[in-house]
Amino acid sequence: MLLIDCPNCGRRPESEFHCGGEAHIARPESPAAIDDQAWAEYLYYRTNPKGLHAERWRHGHGCGRWFNALRDTVSDRIVTTYAMGAPRPGATDADLPDPAQVRSA
Amino acid sequence: MSQPFRKAAGGLIDRSKPITVRFNGKMLHGFRGDTVASMLLASGSHLAGRSFKYHRPRGILSHGSDEPNALLSVDWRPEKGAGRRDPNNRASVVEARSNLAVKTQNHWPSLERDVGAINDLLSPVFVAGFYYKTFMWPRQFWDKVYEPVIRRAAGLGEAPTVSDPDRYANRHAHADILVVGAGPAGLSAALAASEDGTKRVLLADEGFAFGGALLNDVTSTIDGMPARAWVDAMVSALDARENVVLLPRTTVFGYYNHNHIAMVERVADHRDQAPDGLARERLWQVRAGKVIIAAGSHERPLVFANNDRPGIMLAESVRAFINRYAVLPGRSLVVATSGASAYRTAIDAANAGMPVTIVDIRLGEDCGPELTEARAAGIDVLTGHTVVKALGKARVTGLVVAPIGHDGTLGARRTLSCDCVAMSGGWTPSVHLYSQSRGKLAFDADLDAFLPGQSVQNEVSAGACRGIYDLADIIADGAKAAGGTRAVSASRTFTGFQPVRVLPTDEEPTKVKAFVDFQNDVTAKDIRLAVREGFESIEHLKRYTTTGMATDQGKTSNMNALGLVAGILDRPLPAIGTTTFRPPYTPVSFGALVGPSREKSFEPVRTTAIDAWAQAQGAAFEPVGQWRRAHYFPQGSEDMHAAVARECKAVRTTVGIFDASTLGKIEVVGPDAAEFMNRIYTNAWTKLKVGGCRYGLMLGENGFVMDDGVVARLAEDRFHVTTTTGGAPRVIAHMEDYLQTEWPELDVFLTSITEQYAVIALQGPNARAVIEPFVSDIDLSEGAFPHMAVREGFICGVPTRLFRVSFTGETGFEINVPADYAEAVWKTLFEAGQTHGITPYGTETMHVLRCEMGFIIVGQETDGTATPDDVGLSGLVSKVKPDFVGKRSLARADMTKPDRKQLVGLLAANADEVLDEGAMIVTDPSAPVPMPMIGHVTSSYHSSNCGRSIAMAMIKGGRSRLGESVWVTTPKGFTQATIAPAVFHEVQGETTHA
Repeated sequence: MLLIDCPNCGRRPESEFHCGGEAHIARPESPAAIDDQAWAEYLYYRTNPKGLHAERWRHGHGCGRWFNALRDTVSDRIVTTYAMGAPRPGATDADLPDPAQVRSA
Repeated sequence: MSQPFRKAAGGLIDRSKPITVRFNGKMLHGFRGDTVASMLLASGSHLAGRSFKYHRPRGILSHGSDEPNALLSVDWRPEKGAGRRDPNNRASVVEARSNLAVKTQNHWPSLERDVGAINDLLSPVFVAGFYYKTFMWPRQFWDKVYEPVIRRAAGLGEAPTVSDPDRYANRHAHADILVVGAGPAGLSAALAASEDGTKRVLLADEGFAFGGALLNDVTSTIDGMPARAWVDAMVSALDARENVVLLPRTTVFGYYNHNHIAMVERVADHRDQAPDGLARERLWQVRAGKVIIAAGSHERPLVFANNDRPGIMLAESVRAFINRYAVLPGRSLVVATSGASAYRTAIDAANAGMPVTIVDIRLGEDCGPELTEARAAGIDVLTGHTVVKALGKARVTGLVVAPIGHDGTLGARRTLSCDCVAMSGGWTPSVHLYSQSRGKLAFDADLDAFLPGQSVQNEVSAGACRGIYDLADIIADGAKAAGGTRAVSASRTFTGFQPVRVLPTDEEPTKVKAFVDFQNDVTAKDIRLAVREGFESIEHLKRYTTTGMATDQGKTSNMNALGLVAGILDRPLPAIGTTTFRPPYTPVSFGALVGPSREKSFEPVRTTAIDAWAQAQGAAFEPVGQWRRAHYFPQGSEDMHAAVARECKAVRTTVGIFDASTLGKIEVVGPDAAEFMNRIYTNAWTKLKVGGCRYGLMLGENGFVMDDGVVARLAEDRFHVTTTTGGAPRVIAHMEDYLQTEWPELDVFLTSITEQYAVIALQGPNARAVIEPFVSDIDLSEGAFPHMAVREGFICGVPTRLFRVSFTGETGFEINVPADYAEAVWKTLFEAGQTHGITPYGTETMHVLRCEMGFIIVGQETDGTATPDDVGLSGLVSKVKPDFVGKRSLARADMTKPDRKQLVGLLAANADEVLDEGAMIVTDPSAPVPMPMIGHVTSSYHSSNCGRSIAMAMIKGGRSRLGESVWVTTPKGFTQATIAPAVFHEVQGETTHA
């Protein structure tokens, strides 16, 4: 079970949260103005990366707020959490904390 | 003498506490501190079970949780009656006490005489993958022959037949450091980790005594102390520390994300008396800041012909039984080894008085100081020798050995008589937990082992589980893992071994059974065959041959299997890789996993404020989501059919009262509330006047119907939204998602008020008359309070949001009152309604009445692929709003195809026949299979008001097929029905259509 840093409530177990899939997929301003393919991409197409993945989480059994998390899909390590609407932090795999550093923290 | 093989002195057993255990009905004698395995050996027997496939007699291989053979069905408290028996307990770890009743498994009629042993002779049939090769044809044999046979033969042990009466506890804990394993590395790590008194340290070990391999050690010294005395001193020091929790009998079985550790503590099974209420086991879920894995290592068997004969054991296990349990596992011992550590067993056995011969596959010059020491102890050592085969059947009677020549050919055979063999093929570090933590393994050729590589989580391995085998090094490594240092002087450990997969033999390899995996009866021959058939991937090979499966998860067998495959394919071992280690490390009882979450606590039941009243009225209930709802209210000897028929009539002729409290209720409040509603629902909300209600339809962004419900506008900036019973959490989550993530600029608050408001529905011609005397501050006249309106006022003096709505077609009111007052209001109305023919009705009647009107239920008529038009609700979809959730998807070409399934009514040709909900609909029942299917029945009831059965269905292009005759599947074949409009009843009087 993951431990997730809710930006409002602090570190809580995954069972208090609900994952809402990939983050930073904005709903088109004027859906009527885009073609079927563009709409399908908004609705269904996701990146599914191996490595860092920005995803939406909601602290349903806590503050009830949505936020974003940057998670490594290989190790499940969560690098950071940040507010809904904030840009994706510029973290790369190289920014993942070394477990040795985590250990001393 | 009841314990002929018990040594006169020594061992970690309490000779002042004699015990007896019932073993297959006979009494075994022993002492506290014994396991069932050591008691069996003390009696002089090794026979502890029959093997899985060939039903070969099997003995005790190991002294630990890696035991593959000696699986027992244990009744832990026979004196307390049935239900406390569980299968597949390993004899080597069952802590013995009086009143245990244990049985061996996998034989009939008895352990000594087993009919299934015929399989051993038929073994050419039972080759690798025989399931896949044998049970293929003829097709009709499957149900009647193959499946029953496989089911009877499959599985280990017998599942319990009655429910488990024991209690199981559950505990969550946080620790700064969790140490797994209390051998020399773990003890040293725990002591170093707990130096800082502010750090909480947990030390867990699966055994009932701390010390690990040192419990078997009567020769080593640490800092001048005997090893066991050092263990006692360490445990005392740890026990004295407030910040340390010692957990014996606690198996760490799962390593999950973010240092979430699962372990099971055996609380009661070892106790002579278990007080009522004491949990049998406790599941621990630990969040550890850091995990130190000190899990030790497993010894490898040697693979030679008939290496599974009872009396043939792992070398370290022989040492454990002699030293820890004071049991001689035989009268004469041969130690067969490819490494140094078994020499310690040989020397200890010789010192215990057993005649010992060592057969070492290594050449003399490849051996270390162990050779000199063994010879100095007077032990005959045959170096450069192989074991050709074992003799004996129910018990080993000797080993046939031969020297290995320089060219690999074998020299003259000789037979070594013995009744016990200690074998050692080297050591495999226990990397299970590390691997579960998702760390990658690295192969170390010098140690012939996979070792922990780069950590993924905050953990560190210490001691033998990372390939460190010398005692002083292990103790130093444990302290280092905890950030400390500890230098001790200790006896040198005999280490080092020569990897050997299958012992050289001059027997015809296809004619002998040399077991690699004892538990699954997988031989070297099976693995060769599987590789020859193309199963080269180790994961495929595992599944095809079943090697490494079942309760021991290949602890003893994995490395031999891998090495064998590598040898056959002539690839380096790391290129073969290893199978994935998954939890649990050892079997865990379902009871421990379930804990207290059973029966009433399995899932909470939500009840409404009217539940107690309904119960007192004798209502039948049904679960709806987590709610318990009144299904119908039988009177006298009525069955459901009669009760529902009566309730339906009453609503249409007098008045019915219905508990609708489970409806989801959400308040949408704020200056932008109407705009928010416009975007979430398909309907337009701006023009809905305060005091008005509207039936709202909600789509997912994919354009399919997601939920529906009546929405009341209480103020310009306040909507009272209702949802389906099951959809309430989903709907508010959906709303919150859009509000927070897409439209944060909207000034709106969402509040669930499902629990706060109870809803009493009065439906029927007399509904107004019943409530009128009790309502104040609201004008109930038709002109002032029309259908689809809401008013706020009082009923019985209680504040209410009174809805004029109908889900039956009749004049209807839904009385929203604070839940705490609902029962009082209900009782008052019910009493006053007696003169008006008031009748309580349940969910079944509600369903029938709405079906008579053709009203859909989301989730019954819809299945997540229905558009508003599919269910005849296109009129609720705003054409003028530029956007709402789901609008864009409705414009896709597929969403407007004429052959989409559409909601229609369906009338069975036989008016008494109630079609099956979910039944398939076809046009031609004589069409060849697979038959083209045009739709399915969604709702179906007997309607007392219509005097016949009625049904709704989703049928391709259904609205253009009215009047057509179709066929509907039944369990017995097909029945005929006619497509009709989805309205079956016409209400007289006040119109209530939405």
